[in-house]
Formats: sequence, C-alpha cells, structure tokens
Amino acid sequence: MMSIADIFTVIAVSAGAFFFMAGSVGLLRFPDTLTRLHALTKADNLGLGLVVLGLMARAGGLLAALKLASVWLLVLFTGAAVSQLIARAARDGDQNDD
Amino acid sequence: MTTDIIVDCILGALVLAIAYWVTIARESFAAAVGFVAYGLLLTLVWVRLGAIDVALMEGAIGSGLTGALLLRASSRLRAKEQSAAAEQSGVILRATVALVSMIGAAMLATAVLYLPDPAPTLAPEAAANASATGMANPVTNVLMAFRAMDTMLEKVVLLVALAGVWSLARDWLWGGRPGPRYRADPKAPLTLLAQMLPPLGIVVGIYMLWEGADAPGGAFQGGTIIAAMWLLAMIAGLTDAPPISNRSVRLALIAGPLLFLVVGFGGLWLGEAFLAYPVAYAKPLLLAIEFAMTLTVAVTLGLLIAGPAEREGAP
Amino acid sequence: MTEFLQFSSGFVFVMVALGMVRIVRGPTRADRMMAAQLLGTGGIAALLLRSDVTDRPAVIDVALVLALLAAFASAAFVVKGAREASGEPEASE
Repeated sequence: MMSIADIFTVIAVSAGAFFFMAGSVGLLRFPDTLTRLHALTKADNLGLGLVVLGLMARAGGLLAALKLASVWLLVLFTGAAVSQLIARAARDGDQNDD
Repeated sequence: MTTDIIVDCILGALVLAIAYWVTIARESFAAAVGFVAYGLLLTLVWVRLGAIDVALMEGAIGSGLTGALLLRASSRLRAKEQSAAAEQSGVILRATVALVSMIGAAMLATAVLYLPDPAPTLAPEAAANASATGMANPVTNVLMAFRAMDTMLEKVVLLVALAGVWSLARDWLWGGRPGPRYRADPKAPLTLLAQMLPPLGIVVGIYMLWEGADAPGGAFQGGTIIAAMWLLAMIAGLTDAPPISNRSVRLALIAGPLLFLVVGFGGLWLGEAFLAYPVAYAKPLLLAIEFAMTLTVAVTLGLLIAGPAEREGAP
Repeated sequence: MTEFLQFSSGFVFVMVALGMVRIVRGPTRADRMMAAQLLGTGGIAALLLRSDVTDRPAVIDVALVLALLAAFASAAFVVKGAREASGEPEASE
C-alpha cells in the first residue's frame, strides 16, 4: 500500500521521464537546429525538475532535499546560458560539416 | 534486476559504438564532441561498477577537460591536415594495427573474466586499517597514506608534463602568457556564465576535497573542478592567463609535491620511514597536504589546457 | 518503488542516449553540442535516480560534477567554434 509521498514520487518521476523522452524525440525529429534547441531546453528544465521533485519527496532530511534542488537549479542556470550560447553559434553562420 | 542487465548492455554497446565513431569521424570538432559524450557514458559505467571516486574523476577530467584539450589540439592541426592526409598509412598497415589491438583487447578481457574468484586483493585490509588515518574513505587512505609515494610521484609527473607543454613555445615567447587573448563581451551570456559559475564551482571543489576524507572525493577531484572554473573565466575573457614566468604561479605549481616531500623527509628524519606519518598528527598533516595538492592540481591542469606561451608576458 | 526508480533511471538514460544520433548526424556543430548537452542532463537525472535506488548519496556528487563540467565543456566548444567560424587566426605554428 503506497503512501501519498510514494504516489507523488511515481507521478513526478514518470512525468519527468516523459519530458526526457519528448526532448530526445524533438532533438531527433524537429526540422531545424533552433527548434531542436527548444526541445532540448524542455528536457533540461522540466524533465530534470520533475525528477528532482519526485526524489525530494524521498530525501532523508532537509539538507539532502536541498542538495537535490541545488543540482536542478545549477542545471537550470547553466542550461539557460548554454542554450543561448548554442543559439548564437547556430545563428552566426554555424558551419555545416559533413 | 533485469532492467539493470538490459541497461548495462545498452551502455556497454553505446560506449563501444561511440568510441568507434570517434576514431573514424572525419571532422575533428564532431569527434571532440563525440569524445565528451564518450566520457559522459564512461562516468555512468564507473558508477554502475561502484567506483564513485573514479566516476568523479572521469566526469571532471575525462569528458570536460580532455574534450576541450582535444578540441584545441584539433583546431591547431587544421592547417596541417592536408599534409597529414597525404601521409596516411596504407590499408594493410592499418588492418594489421586493428587486428593486433583487437587481440590485445581480447586477451585483457579474457584475463578479467578468468580472474580467480575471489580475486586477490588488498581491499579488505585497506578498509580495515582506516583507523590509521582517521578517515573513512578507503580510496583516500590508499592514495594519501598507504601508497602516498605513488600520489606524490604522480604530481611530479604532472609537472614534467606541464614543462613539456611549455617547451613547445617559441624561444622568444618563453615566460609569456599562454593562449590567445579572449575578449569579454559584457552583454554576452558567456560573461554571465563565467561570472556566476566559478564562485559556485570553487565552493563545490573545496567541498569535494573535504568530502574526500570520509566519502568519495578528494584533492584531485576538487582541484579539477577549480581548474575548469578558472579556464571558464579565461575563455570568457574575464581573466587573462598569467605569464608562465610568474612567481606565484610557479609557487602554486610546486606547493603540492613540495609539501609532500617535506612531510616525507620529515617522516624519515623522525625515525620511521619516508612518508611515514606520526599517528597523532596523521589527519592534520594529510589535510594540509591535500589542500596544497588541490591548489597544485588546479593550477597545473588549468595551465596544461591553456597550452604553451603564445604572447609576450608582462615583464 | 525501488524497481520503479530503477526502471526510470534506465529509461531516462536510454532516451537521451538515442539523442546521440544527433552527434553522429549533425549536420551543424550546434546540433552535436545539443546532443551532448542532452546526454549530460539525462545522465544527471539517471544518476540522481540511481543514488536513491542504491542508497549512495555520493552519486549525487557525481551528478553535481557533471553539471559543472558539462557547462564548461559547452562553453569551451562554443567559443572555439565561434573563433574558427569568424576566421580569427590561431597563433601560427
């Protein structure tokens, strides 16, 4: 018999995994570099965020939960900055190679 | 349980596949990106094997730093790629090399698969003697206490490698600053990243060093993270690479091995053996050495990736 | 619960590993870097899940290191790519 926390974890992690799948499918199937970047950021933000949310419900204590959240915040921030960098590279006449 | 086996098989197959692709990729930028992915996959492999300390190293050095190093090397070789292509060895030689490599790999695999069970190992004894240093992480104990000689010599090897990299500079540029001058664009996202990330990275690096006493981590992992943050600030143009003749740079480079040597000879002088730590002072001594080593590793790796001097340094 | 988390960890990993096709196919450099970034984030998620499954908090540290170094690697690659595209001369050798 699963507790509320367990049910929450299952739902959150499943949703997160779904967004990772969406990000991957988008990366493979979208027609253009910039649209693929859009898909990537969904996985970065929502995918990881939901997984972390689900895991925080199981964390043993406030400190552990904060550690998980800080990993997500770090990825959120660096992902945003890196997406901007990649977008600029794509816009500024990125070379097509083989 | 079966999920694990399936994922492991996929992971293993992917590692082989991407390794193969990296060697045959025609564009070196693509190969460098592939190499970073390969490092990421290997990090996951190490975690699956239970070797967290190695996983930390792989994630830090093996994928990020080495990828940047390869990229830098490949872009310098671009001009020479024409003449290098003309020198490519014939099919027979390449086939022979491939065959010999495969036989070597097969021999290694057989050796690993047919190890006596249980494999001969000193791990239980190393774990049992943790009280000698007061630290709970057996890897750190082995690196810093039981086999401290190896660790010290490793740092010396790093210094020699750095000297080798420096020797690639032109004669008149010796003592100058490595790398090109990166210009900072105040509105660019790279500048924001390089301003916000390094303080956090330094904290994480020191945290890794501290954790290494009782949990996976240690001086090398911490130093590598700090090196990556320094390099980030350099390529964003927020700080310039120091001239390699700079006194503080040189001091930081030798701090780790020097302290190691001093403690080592101290152990010899106080009557026990080279690198024998007096039991009462073991932990503080080790921590001091680890701090010095973190600094050395950070500066060494940063300068290794920055490369040989290319510009005149400040006199 | 543990089996579910174990399965999720493997699932997330396989999903982002599929994205590696982009590293091979490109066609632009940005595509390849994006695929590596996705692999990094997915790896972090898979590791966080595994840390719960195997009850080893140290694995969270691995995820943390990956987050930092992936950011560094992406920055380094973008800067290098941009310098080449704009034709800035490397110090000749």
